[in-house]
Amino acid sequence: MAEPITVPTPQQIIEPALAGRTETMVLNMGPHHPSTHGVLRLVLELDGEVVVNVAPDVGYLHTGIEKTMESKTYQKAVVLTDRMDYLAPLSNNLCYALAVEKLLDVEIPERAQIARVLLTELQRLSSHLVWLGTHALDLAAMSVFLYAFREREQILDIFELVSGARMMTSYFRIGGLAYDLPADFIPTVEQFLAIMPSRIDEYEDLLTANPLWLERTVGVGVIDAQSAIALGLTGANLRATGVAYDVRKAMPYSGYETYSFEIPIGKNGDIYDRYRVRIAEMRQSVKIVQQATERLRELGPGPVVTPNRKVAPPPKREITESMESLIHHFKLWTEGFKPPRGDAYVSIESPRGILGCYVVSDGSPKPWRVHFRAPSFINLQSLAHMAKGRLVADLVALIASLDPVLGEVDR
Amino acid sequence: MGIEEKAGNLGIVTTTLETVVNWGRTNAMWPLLFGLACCAIEMMGAQASNYDLSRFGMELNRASPRQADLMIVAGRVSRKMAPVVRRLYDQMPEPKWVIAMGDCAACGGIFNNYAIVQGVDEVVPVDVYVAGCPPRPEALIDGIMMLHQKVMREKINGKKEAPIRIEHPLMQVK
Ligand code: SF4
Repeated sequence: MAEPITVPTPQQIIEPALAGRTETMVLNMGPHHPSTHGVLRLVLELDGEVVVNVAPDVGYLHTGIEKTMESKTYQKAVVLTDRMDYLAPLSNNLCYALAVEKLLDVEIPERAQIARVLLTELQRLSSHLVWLGTHALDLAAMSVFLYAFREREQILDIFELVSGARMMTSYFRIGGLAYDLPADFIPTVEQFLAIMPSRIDEYEDLLTANPLWLERTVGVGVIDAQSAIALGLTGANLRATGVAYDVRKAMPYSGYETYSFEIPIGKNGDIYDRYRVRIAEMRQSVKIVQQATERLRELGPGPVVTPNRKVAPPPKREITESMESLIHHFKLWTEGFKPPRGDAYVSIESPRGILGCYVVSDGSPKPWRVHFRAPSFINLQSLAHMAKGRLVADLVALIASLDPVLGEVDR
Repeated sequence: MGIEEKAGNLGIVTTTLETVVNWGRTNAMWPLLFGLACCAIEMMGAQASNYDLSRFGMELNRASPRQADLMIVAGRVSRKMAPVVRRLYDQMPEPKWVIAMGDCAACGGIFNNYAIVQGVDEVVPVDVYVAGCPPRPEALIDGIMMLHQKVMREKINGKKEAPIRIEHPLMQVK
């Protein structure tokens, strides 16, 4: 058994330094720093320019989302999930909705299932584009950022088309979707699909064989598969070490088992491999979106919310015609539904790794407890392990390659 | 065309000192590179290719508060972060302005709880409030234009105007 890996607390670094017991220098990085990707604070112990130890200090974006959810009814809490991992709001929606659906034991119509897969894959693309842009920006490659955001805007336009919002869509509701997909949805997605593969080639042209990029990424921030698993690393960070673990394959949800796609893996577990894995993932996402679009077209129009009236309100048309439906709708939105006592855990593959949602119900219309297993938070603890013995400049590249979203770390 | 023809070859333009100073300030504003939460992504969107904030001379973000004169508070401010925000504001040299971007920064937004400061104006004086969760890049640009206009109206004796609120068109009462 290998030695356990420990992550120091900021206090463990600061106190000996203040007491003058160390030869090393303590440097405070963040919470306001251009390359900590939000409000992350790192306490660095340095020997010259070499990192001896890193202690992440989180909580600068603590929003109390889990606690606030306890005071909302199940449907209304969906809105809060958007704001956790704000680069992938739809993945959060999906995870929460799946957990509550498991608690309620409801079936989701086919059309809604396909739309969920399609939109979360688009979300993965848009999230990886932000990662790519900011990662390159941190290593001083400005143009990639501008290209990546060009495509991201197209994806945001699709989200705006379906939900009316660019980022915080709250489009996946418990029992299905908020409303049906618009008529010009499929052509718009197809338009996007037609250009995206060549655009990914473009990013690769800029970076994959770029000597400066290679210099900064190859062999930097290496982690082996065993330590990665020990530290709970998930997502592209884990797959870069050669472990082909993806929840979409291991524990399929929303019908992922019926789509054909591969899990890209790396070999060395360094920053460059993480980059390669994510780029390959983008190509796979495009493939999944393609398949989903075809299925949506074949399937044609249909319901997008569960017929279970205990969970989803009656259709709008019915509400205007029947008094009972109106009362039903009113009751559902003011009081909410009451899932049976019990708990449910669901995990999905978010762009950052395994996103888990644990919901406990006490039989009332509000969740008794909601907890999220945030991949960013758990990925972040491997930072100290990877940064030890490297230069401060490598640390910047390392943070970007882990792709943490501080909103999700702190919740 | 323009004033050169009217004034001949004199090469002289008459104006007030106030206008020249304010004009200079609006056209070379350096925002602080400062993202807090979700709204920061839309702020990045505003600076990226589609919305191109550099059209207004605003693309150059400074990471150090000592080189910045505009703080765009993009996102929710937690109780742990609030002292840091204040400190950053104090480190910025005068004259300085603050835009509260997003509902969270303006009033706490959907998070009325123990963790979030209910509006960043509890810690720093805000010049323009931009509503939205998150505001679209257009809304942010609108806020920035408003701030520019406000700066143009500024008096050299240092008197400040009241804050401006930019709300969603649907919410505006006519
Ligand atoms: S206003 Fe909305 S988008 Fe902006 S930080 Fe708050 S929750 Fe996020």
